[in-house]
Amino acid sequence: MGAGHAHKLYRHGHSPVHELPPHCKIAATAAFVIVVVSTPREAMWAFGLYAVLIAAVAAAARIPAGFLLRRLLIEVPFVLFAVLMPFVSQGERVDVLGMSLSVSGLWGAWNVLAKGTLGVAASVLLASTTELRALLLGLQRLKLPPLLVQIASFMIRYGDVITDELRRMSIARRSRGFEARGIQHWGVLAKTAGALFIRSYERGERVYLAMVSRGYAGSMPVIDDVTATRAQWAYSAVLPVTALAVCLMGWTL
Amino acid sequence: MPSLEVSGVAYAYPDGHQALFGVDLTVGRGERVALLGPNGAGKTTLVLHLNGILGGGVGSVTVAGLPVEKRNLAEIRRRVGIVFQDPDDQLFMPTVREDVAFGPAAAGLRGAELEQRVREALEQVGMAGFADRPPHHLSFGQRRRVAVATVLAMRPEILVLDEPSSNLDPASRRELADILRALDVTVLMVTHDLPYALELCPRSVILSEGVIAADGRTRDLLCDEELMGAYRLELPFGFDPRSVAAA
Repeated sequence: MGAGHAHKLYRHGHSPVHELPPHCKIAATAAFVIVVVSTPREAMWAFGLYAVLIAAVAAAARIPAGFLLRRLLIEVPFVLFAVLMPFVSQGERVDVLGMSLSVSGLWGAWNVLAKGTLGVAASVLLASTTELRALLLGLQRLKLPPLLVQIASFMIRYGDVITDELRRMSIARRSRGFEARGIQHWGVLAKTAGALFIRSYERGERVYLAMVSRGYAGSMPVIDDVTATRAQWAYSAVLPVTALAVCLMGWTL
Repeated sequence: MPSLEVSGVAYAYPDGHQALFGVDLTVGRGERVALLGPNGAGKTTLVLHLNGILGGGVGSVTVAGLPVEKRNLAEIRRRVGIVFQDPDDQLFMPTVREDVAFGPAAAGLRGAELEQRVREALEQVGMAGFADRPPHHLSFGQRRRVAVATVLAMRPEILVLDEPSSNLDPASRRELADILRALDVTVLMVTHDLPYALELCPRSVILSEGVIAADGRTRDLLCDEELMGAYRLELPFGFDPRSVAAA
């Protein structure tokens, strides 16, 4: 169990970025991503500027480049998809290193790659400077439907409990001489997944019982609230507003 | 006025299985009572009647004079604090502090008053230094104590504990006993741990096949071998209830 995966994304620190209220950071990140995806893909220099902006925020947050780049690896499956596009797309073709590639496919791949990477980088920055708990408070503050916030909150609370349960089941399997080696063992793994589902479902009912016993009547009471000053909002707005300026230049130049 | 008055409660589950056949039980204010009985005797079913989660059968339950009825449920659930067996079920909020605050906040408390409640409850169980920890970072014994704090924060009339000593190591078991003894609250404790019942509860009742089969001083019940045998209650090896000081 230990520290649990719930905290792996967060990098403890006391930078100006860490100290911003969570809802400001969420709003800024979302606005930045929207601006980035609205930028024309032909304005390649704009994406370079966005990358500089991200790097500046990372520096302000004292997030080392290595940490950020390692976190970016999560994007790899999407990159693979983007790499395929020049090969499979139709239309006009060019020869690059002896391979015939589609022009629109190349643009498509660049588009996915550049916008995807910037989006993931922004999210990684948000996650590494904001604790999960604070993210939930921020989402609650931004008036995300309470049910979604509750579901996310329970996911965080019980993620470790369920992982632990899975680990115990795996130990019990192996203690009886079972090792999953190939497709012939998938049946057993599927049954484990089923058993885990039923256990979690039953736990859900017990948790609900405990909640009702303490006065739960459909909505979570607001225990903590987060507030932001004008200055904090202004500070958070620097990133998306600068990005918006770049985007507008991308459309007009 | 007694803290708890159960009279003639009978209940059958929707699948037709009848769990309670007319339970009568009165617990006076400040009493600590152990509810004993073999598995399947209906203990959990009875507990869930105390705060109105189950109901609709015959009979009535009143908590400090207030009948357990639909229109009173919010107040009843504030008065009856149930500590469930698995603290992972009980502690569902991201931090200890929020979990302890859940009950009082659901009852409408806010701000400084809420903070005060939380601090008080955590101090009562000796966990004040752990307020900002996530529950899954605590030991099992600590989680059980926080679970007790979550209901103490509601200042209940009666504290209902489901197997409070289960899965605790001997030191945690004793620490919990010290905490429970120090509380000024009525306690109903469901347990299979007979020495624990003897240590904490001067009075015990035995629930068997959906009725209260015996009610008396804990030591007298535990010393009555015939009675114990009839209800599948067994003392741990080497334990003699006559040889220890009872609660």
